[in-house]
Amino acid sequence: MDNLRQGTIKEAKAKANRQPPFKKAAKGNLAEKIMHGVFLLAAFTSIFSLVLIVIFIFTNGLPMMVEYGLADFIFGQTWNQTTFGLLPMILGSVLVTLGAVSIGVPIGVMTAIFMAEFCPKKLYAFLKPAVNLMAGIPSIVYGFFALRIIVPQIRQLFGGPGNSMLAAIMLLSIMILPTVISLSESAIRSVPRSYFSGSVALGASPERSIFSVLVPAAKSGIFSSIVLGVGRAIGETMAVVMVAGNQPLMPRGLTQGIRTLTTNIVMEMAYASGQHRDALVATGVVLFIFIMIINTTFLIMKSKEAK
Amino acid sequence: MISKLMKGLVYASAVFTFGMLAYLVIYILINGVRFLTPSLFAWNYSTSNVSMMPALMTTLMVVAGTLLIATPIGVFTGFYLVDYANRKNPVVKAIGMATDTLAGIPSIIYGLFGMLFFVIFLEFQFSLIAGILTVTIMSLPVIIRSTEEALLATGMPIRQASYALGAGKLRTLFKVVLPVAMPGILSGVILATGRIVGETAALMFTLGTATNLPGSLFASGRTLSLHMYILSQEGRHVNEAYATAVVLLVFVLVINALSTLVSKRLAKGGK
Amino acid sequence: MLNQKIKVRDLKLWYGKFEALHGVDLDIYENEITAFIGPSGCGKSTLIKTLNRMNDLVENCRIEGSVELDGKNIYSKKVELNELRKRVGMVFQQPNPFPKSIYDNIAFGPRTHGIKKKNELDEIVEKSLRQAAIWDEVKDHLDRNALSISGGQQQRICIARALAVEPDVLLMDEPTSALDPISTAKIEELVMELKEDYTIVMVTHNMQQASRISDRTAFFLNGDIIEQDMTRQLFTNPKEEQTDNYISGRFG
Repeated sequence: MDNLRQGTIKEAKAKANRQPPFKKAAKGNLAEKIMHGVFLLAAFTSIFSLVLIVIFIFTNGLPMMVEYGLADFIFGQTWNQTTFGLLPMILGSVLVTLGAVSIGVPIGVMTAIFMAEFCPKKLYAFLKPAVNLMAGIPSIVYGFFALRIIVPQIRQLFGGPGNSMLAAIMLLSIMILPTVISLSESAIRSVPRSYFSGSVALGASPERSIFSVLVPAAKSGIFSSIVLGVGRAIGETMAVVMVAGNQPLMPRGLTQGIRTLTTNIVMEMAYASGQHRDALVATGVVLFIFIMIINTTFLIMKSKEAK
Repeated sequence: MISKLMKGLVYASAVFTFGMLAYLVIYILINGVRFLTPSLFAWNYSTSNVSMMPALMTTLMVVAGTLLIATPIGVFTGFYLVDYANRKNPVVKAIGMATDTLAGIPSIIYGLFGMLFFVIFLEFQFSLIAGILTVTIMSLPVIIRSTEEALLATGMPIRQASYALGAGKLRTLFKVVLPVAMPGILSGVILATGRIVGETAALMFTLGTATNLPGSLFASGRTLSLHMYILSQEGRHVNEAYATAVVLLVFVLVINALSTLVSKRLAKGGK
Repeated sequence: MLNQKIKVRDLKLWYGKFEALHGVDLDIYENEITAFIGPSGCGKSTLIKTLNRMNDLVENCRIEGSVELDGKNIYSKKVELNELRKRVGMVFQQPNPFPKSIYDNIAFGPRTHGIKKKNELDEIVEKSLRQAAIWDEVKDHLDRNALSISGGQQQRICIARALAVEPDVLLMDEPTSALDPISTAKIEELVMELKEDYTIVMVTHNMQQASRISDRTAFFLNGDIIEQDMTRQLFTNPKEEQTDNYISGRFG
């Protein structure tokens, strides 16, 4: 026994001596250092890009706004090749977005409730990919669909050109659906199941438990889905340009044409130059500020939710 | 009583949502498929035959070019954020905030920026390269976030096992973590591909709208989405616009099917 | 006569502001099994992680004092971390095989340290699996995913994987706490065989396990080592009252 033990100790010692203690793996370390640098560099691309975007949009847009007069630019009601009053487009964006949200959000949230609580499993296997498909359809296809279906309907029902604020609102309320549905659904699903069973145990019907316990518990998540929907609606460009009419005039009613901030840029950028072009970039600045406010709201809500 | 009413509304909303989607898809298919003639896939575009072939090829070029640049940058960023940086480091927070902000910027702003920076400032003109670089920045957030999620989901235990065997960071990352995280990263890349195919506003003033296949990185072209936009605006080629919409829908369907496939593999790999 | 393998002196460790170890001294001898016992949160797992510097992976973890392996401080700047971990292997509480084939799991370590030849790798894989007493169970399906076998088998794969890089010391952090009694018995048996060739340090929640298999035991309480002695001595005739209270089941 002792002999055996001695033997193994000797073996172990011999092994320890064979291995030079802690020799440097110099080659490996160099590769580690280089790649660390590469990853760090890659990670800075986001910040670098964002800074570039801000610089180029603002340095091209802000001087024009100051030169032209900030108040005249923001509150001016006339827009043509020499006069740049942005108010019609600001109001256009705000109204179209509000309209789209007030139709799209209830439908989206209700659909999300259906997906999370009422949908049979077999049907869900089709509907979940359908929502993803909805999110993936290019905006140009939505716009084209609205141009061929919604616009003629409006023309028939209300007269007028058909290309109108109403058309844009209906189009956008459909386009924000996938955003609202996905986020709301996961918000509802993340509510602990015990809330539901607790409510049912108290004698509430399953439906009542869903509407008065589960959905309210998911409200912060649902709310952030709305904020993201707002961002999507206000930023949408190509679909809106196809159906909104795009007259740079103060909003005159649901069935009349309207122009938004985004479409203002697309409509005229192709041929603009000089101060006119800068005015379009300045339109981008205003849009950017809107988006920043919306994003910040979203991020604040998300971090609150995380707590 | 109120719950009954609410339940009715919930069902009605679901019917509306999916009915609308079905209507859109069927409407496009019915009106588009019959115009998918061979001549629409002729090599050259002319005013008498508005072939979508050049646009189709350009779309593939833009997708390939963008993924070639955006994938390594996005994936490496994910590596850095998850496996290298200290989570509480302010730099990491800044990178995260920049990524979130980029994700929220509308494509028309990217279009404006791309025009001001790549087209005018760097004098690339309307070109493939200006379009690709613009869309690259747009795609970064999607790839970064999905890489991050996939890496975080792999968890500490397999990393610990690898480190405990004396493997360094790189080896652990590439040989142990990456194979596990691959499906998640891939689904992010696929998602980004979908965005690129559907993009219009960011490409209009960067890639331009030239009708023929770009002969070099510095030549202009048009993607399918742009092609469809222009056809529908001109109003003379509505049928061809429908046909292009069908092709775009097929793209989206294939891309979605791919990502489902990949995420199913992900679910299986986790077991 | 007994060769001292690891010497811990006045080791203090902080997680942020929390001091988890308050100046610990410990001696670990070659070809022995040293067990760490004590209630949850007493610092035994923390200490074992300092022996191959796994605590380096924990953010805000700071350390003072020294840990010597064969007389060399492993926290010295000159130490190559990966080389240290090659010499001091580790097995974790939860079996954590890579989601790869059994073969690739075992071969990962040797490949990491530069062994590329197929026949050499084959030899190491077989030898390690035999040492971990699992060769007979898996030899016919080495290409199977290591996650597809039972938890007890997975843990022995993890042990084999650790042995494949030929360490001197094997650290085991509650290696059986996630396993059923039969798998636990197999692993205990295996560990007692392994001490012929390795120095083993094992954290355990299970006092019976410590008394069954270990040569030496250290009893931890609130970040201090209260008592360390030969296992038989510590369990039958503890010097400290706290040790006595703990092993007789009066707390923890």
